[in-house]
Amino acid sequence: MTLHAHLVVTRPAFTLDISLTVAPGEVVALLGPNGAGKTTALRALAGLTALARGEIVLDGSPLHTLSVEERPIGMVFQDYLLFPHLSALDNVAFGPRCQGVSKAEARRTAAALLDRVGLTDHATAKPRRLSGGQAQRVALARALAVRPRLLLLDEPLAALDAHTRLEVRSQLRRHLADFDGATVLVTHDPLDAMVLADRLIVIEHGAIVQQGVPAEVARRPRTDYVARLVGLNLYRGVADGSGVKVGQLLISTSDRLEGPAFVAFAPAAVALYRSRPDGSPRNVWQARIEGVERHGDNVRVHLDGPIVAFADITPAALADLDLTPGQQVWASVKATETHAYPA
Amino acid sequence: MATSERSERPVNPSGGAAGRAAPPRKGSGRLPWMLVLPAVLGLAFLVLPLAGLLIRAPWPTLLQRLAEPQVLEALRLSLFCATVATALCLVFGVPLAWLLARVSFPGRRLMRALVTVPLVLPPVVGGVALLLVLGRRGLVGQWLESTFGVTLPFTTAGVIVAEAFVAMPFLVISVEGALRGADQRYEEAAATLGASRWTVFRRVTLPLIMPGVVAGAVLCWARALGEFGATITFAGNFPGTTRTMPLAVYLALETEPEAAIVLSLVLLAVSVIILASLRDRWVTTP
Repeated sequence: MTLHAHLVVTRPAFTLDISLTVAPGEVVALLGPNGAGKTTALRALAGLTALARGEIVLDGSPLHTLSVEERPIGMVFQDYLLFPHLSALDNVAFGPRCQGVSKAEARRTAAALLDRVGLTDHATAKPRRLSGGQAQRVALARALAVRPRLLLLDEPLAALDAHTRLEVRSQLRRHLADFDGATVLVTHDPLDAMVLADRLIVIEHGAIVQQGVPAEVARRPRTDYVARLVGLNLYRGVADGSGVKVGQLLISTSDRLEGPAFVAFAPAAVALYRSRPDGSPRNVWQARIEGVERHGDNVRVHLDGPIVAFADITPAALADLDLTPGQQVWASVKATETHAYPA
Repeated sequence: MATSERSERPVNPSGGAAGRAAPPRKGSGRLPWMLVLPAVLGLAFLVLPLAGLLIRAPWPTLLQRLAEPQVLEALRLSLFCATVATALCLVFGVPLAWLLARVSFPGRRLMRALVTVPLVLPPVVGGVALLLVLGRRGLVGQWLESTFGVTLPFTTAGVIVAEAFVAMPFLVISVEGALRGADQRYEEAAATLGASRWTVFRRVTLPLIMPGVVAGAVLCWARALGEFGATITFAGNFPGTTRTMPLAVYLALETEPEAAIVLSLVLLAVSVIILASLRDRWVTTP
């Protein structure tokens, strides 16, 4: 049940042009900022948006020549779109009924699926009586009821509040693990993507900018958007064996590289000083404080200078250093705390 | 849903009492008589004729007059024709509304305009037009008679055709509006579940727009029930076959004014019931 797709869709704002392969049982997340084309890609896979060019092949047979209702897909929409006039059970039984299964048989299938997502007690409830988390599970059961070979999820957790989200995310992960077909999910939340997906595909402006397993993407971001998502300072420069030259600043690293390279380090790795520090840290530069904001238990300091960087320091350190915006400070990062990789 | 809406709308009693205790001086001074006077006159103009109907009604003999055979005959014919006409409008009007709302084709705007023509056309003109097309010498009527032996003018079927012609735009406009307002993504969701376009319409779209369909059908029925001009032109005025209530009212007015009042009261009662049912059951229910 391998999915091979090359999707080209022209939109007034951009052209989506991506290729992706999803193995059976694999969950691939399309991650990207709003308006990047993630949902367009998902709709193109479902057949709800027409392809300008390209192809979709599932198990060796073309999908793009089929109409939406003929495709062996299951789709969970962002706000679930449960049919408001049908009970939870009949929502789930809708797909099997469309496939020509008898009413009794369809309802048995639906009841079994509702049981699997733990909603047997709510089978007769109309969608407006369900909570967000319950509606999400009904939507998943409805999509699985058609025995799809390709499961598509559009922002499956975006409509939930923070607490429900945590719970539903882990349940969804379990259900996706049980599903043996290919799964493509769209999200703008890096946490959802990391928890739910086996592989990430990052899309910006309609094109793939990076892909890989979550740990790889988190460690080696390749665009500012990804770096921001995973919380790293990221620079592009030229490596000369011992360090990476970014603008005027040479950042020493422990990785030996030559040629165009990225260098990344965590904001927590940046230390700030009132006067130029002596000793071991090899990367020292003078920076100007642009702003200070709370960041979890720490304080995030925005630095301008030869490079733009974030530094995370403790509130105590902030008080000791008596930092205010506009002030000049010295920033330093140990070479061992940086990570360089080819661009 | 309707009951919860009603319970959410109680008048605030404390606010009303406070308003009476201390005369309100909010807003900006006195109401402008330039607006209030015409408003009151307009209201009187709309309400007084109906009040006159109630005042002049022969209440003591009302039931007896209602039970007269001609009255019952006209009432039965009216109800029958209006109901069949509404059924015809549903069968043809709902798909027409769907076509106008969901399928884009060249000339759609023109078609939408044409559909509303019977709405503004004088009904008598509609009757004449129907005669020209469906009359015994009409373009289609001739063929209908020679092929099927069917003649429409001056028959009960003719009444139904005339009423459907005049009333269908009400249904089409109401249903088209409901279709435009309905979230089309439900239809997409149904398609991803394997539903064909016909199944999507039957099992998802139609239930979603049902309030609009019912409101349209009720309006359509009320319009058909009151139809006069097109009916008398196209179907004539034969007791028992084409003399509906409005025709009976018009005729009775010359010979027996009290009978006309009684018949009018029946039609008024029907209108009020329809309005009340529309308000409570369908217009406010999502």
